[in-house]
Amino acid sequence: MNEADVQARTVTRDEVRRVAELAHLQLTPDEEPAIERDLNAILAYIAQMNELDTAGVPAMAQVGEMLALAPEESGEDLRQDAVRASIDRAAVMAVAPETDGRFFKVPKVIER
Amino acid sequence: METGLDGTNLEGLTIAEARSAVADGRISATALVEQHYERITAVDGPSGQGINSYLALSRERALAQAARIDSMVAAGETLPPLAGVPVAIKDVLAMQGAPATAGSKILAGYRPPYDATAVRKLEAAGAVLLGKLNCDEFAMGSSNENSAYGPVRNPRALDRVPGGSSGGSAAAVAADLCVASLGTDTGGSVRQPAAFCGVVGVLPTYGRVSRYGLIAFASSLDRVGPLTKTVEDAAILLEVLAGEDPCDATSSDRPVGSYLSGLNQSIAGLRVGVPAEYFGDGLDPEIRAAVERAIEGLRAAGCAIHPVTLPHTRYAIPTYYVLATAEASSNLSRFDGVRFGLRAESATTLSSMFRETRDEGFGPEVKRRILLGTYALSSGYYDAYYRKAQQVRTLLTQDFLKAFAEVDVLVGPMTPTPPFKLGEKTDDPVAMYLADIYSVAASLAGLPAISVPCSETAAGLPIGVQIMGRHFDEATMLRVAAAVEQQRKLQQSTAQ
Repeated sequence: MNEADVQARTVTRDEVRRVAELAHLQLTPDEEPAIERDLNAILAYIAQMNELDTAGVPAMAQVGEMLALAPEESGEDLRQDAVRASIDRAAVMAVAPETDGRFFKVPKVIER
Repeated sequence: METGLDGTNLEGLTIAEARSAVADGRISATALVEQHYERITAVDGPSGQGINSYLALSRERALAQAARIDSMVAAGETLPPLAGVPVAIKDVLAMQGAPATAGSKILAGYRPPYDATAVRKLEAAGAVLLGKLNCDEFAMGSSNENSAYGPVRNPRALDRVPGGSSGGSAAAVAADLCVASLGTDTGGSVRQPAAFCGVVGVLPTYGRVSRYGLIAFASSLDRVGPLTKTVEDAAILLEVLAGEDPCDATSSDRPVGSYLSGLNQSIAGLRVGVPAEYFGDGLDPEIRAAVERAIEGLRAAGCAIHPVTLPHTRYAIPTYYVLATAEASSNLSRFDGVRFGLRAESATTLSSMFRETRDEGFGPEVKRRILLGTYALSSGYYDAYYRKAQQVRTLLTQDFLKAFAEVDVLVGPMTPTPPFKLGEKTDDPVAMYLADIYSVAASLAGLPAISVPCSETAAGLPIGVQIMGRHFDEATMLRVAAAVEQQRKLQQSTAQ
């Protein structure tokens, strides 16, 4: 998809539903028009970025890369891969919605 | 404090004053905590009438810590830097045993089993943790109207917003409901509410303060920062909070400076950059005049004023809303009803449990941002939105690096307008996003920045000036901020 396409695009109701499904969000029929309107307003605003020619500009995920602070790709800067104590299981399970004390319990996984 | 502390003179109480009052035995740490709780009871609630800055009080933990400090005082032990100082925590930071809602229904009732590093460091330095502060849901908002627990009101004008997302953190400090607080800033969320409430707010360099225990919104942007009544207090807190943390791989191992000791050094000879793009259309004339006066004050103190240009500034908000929402859509996928927080009870299958939990738990702005971020990352749009925004982020950062080759700090307005009225912008997301127009660029570039009160509008609303520093040069930024604060005090005393 080229940038001109994005600039001219608007999100359709079907796309709103598809993205909601990807995001595990369930929109009610009366939420959909408002979300569609807001997304289009925001995307129209965001399209300003396309005024810029960014050919050859490196992408930046976080500032450490720019300041050469990000970890070496060789892995030399990484901490030793050693077993350490983590948060106590009982403390974690105490705040879980449903548990048998060892595992998190969830409803049926396979729908048939 | 001249007359010893009682319930009425918490007004303007600073860290240094609180600590010395406790250390000298003029007040016990326990009594100081109780005075704060009395004041909170009197002016903070309930939602819809009071300020509504606190979501939970951690009375037991606060009183235990206060008792510990009081016994240290009694034993004549050397006291830590924040001994007995009452501090409160934005509700997106984990504090063991206390609720952590992140302003969302989806985390109602959740009590994290651990402390955020910033919280642990404060307590280790002697601070007394009063409770958890209201904020926009998952720190997404510029007005604190997106909290599932009701909006916060601006203590300086109760019909106006305190800013967001750390609205509770700014309002609680402004209303003397704590001596200082922690906020978090992803696109302006410490600095903008600080400006709106007339307090000091610091965004440290990305990597300076550990993010461990911060409920993630956008990990490449999220930062923890202090809100305080004075620049000196901000320097004291930053010294405690800064430093490497093995629990946050992006935290920096650079040595932490002594922010406090440099604070009153002369600023003569410093080069102050004034970015033209921060004084364009849409800037309120009273704010423009106040910031220009502050810059003139810096010139009078011996700074060299340099006009500079940051040509990509106008792309900062579009870039921010692509990157922040993309990261949020990924980070917030963990809220699914499996391990903690809300679970929709009616669901009979795993996939319907995910959907129903998230539908019940998330508010409209959070859903909007998750959907935008999911869209920007989805197949076919990744290059056009996410990758493009990462490239523009490089250009924005290069603007700053070029400017900082010639100047030591950048100075400009913090917000385009004074605090607006509750409800004024809630129906127009783009108008709300523009409230962050001067704050998001420093966020994207990882720079440190501070908001300092510099004046008031004719109607008495606070005005903040923003000072941005070089990466990891918080010391110079704080020194200039202290000079701005000092000039304001002089103006106020000559006006009387």
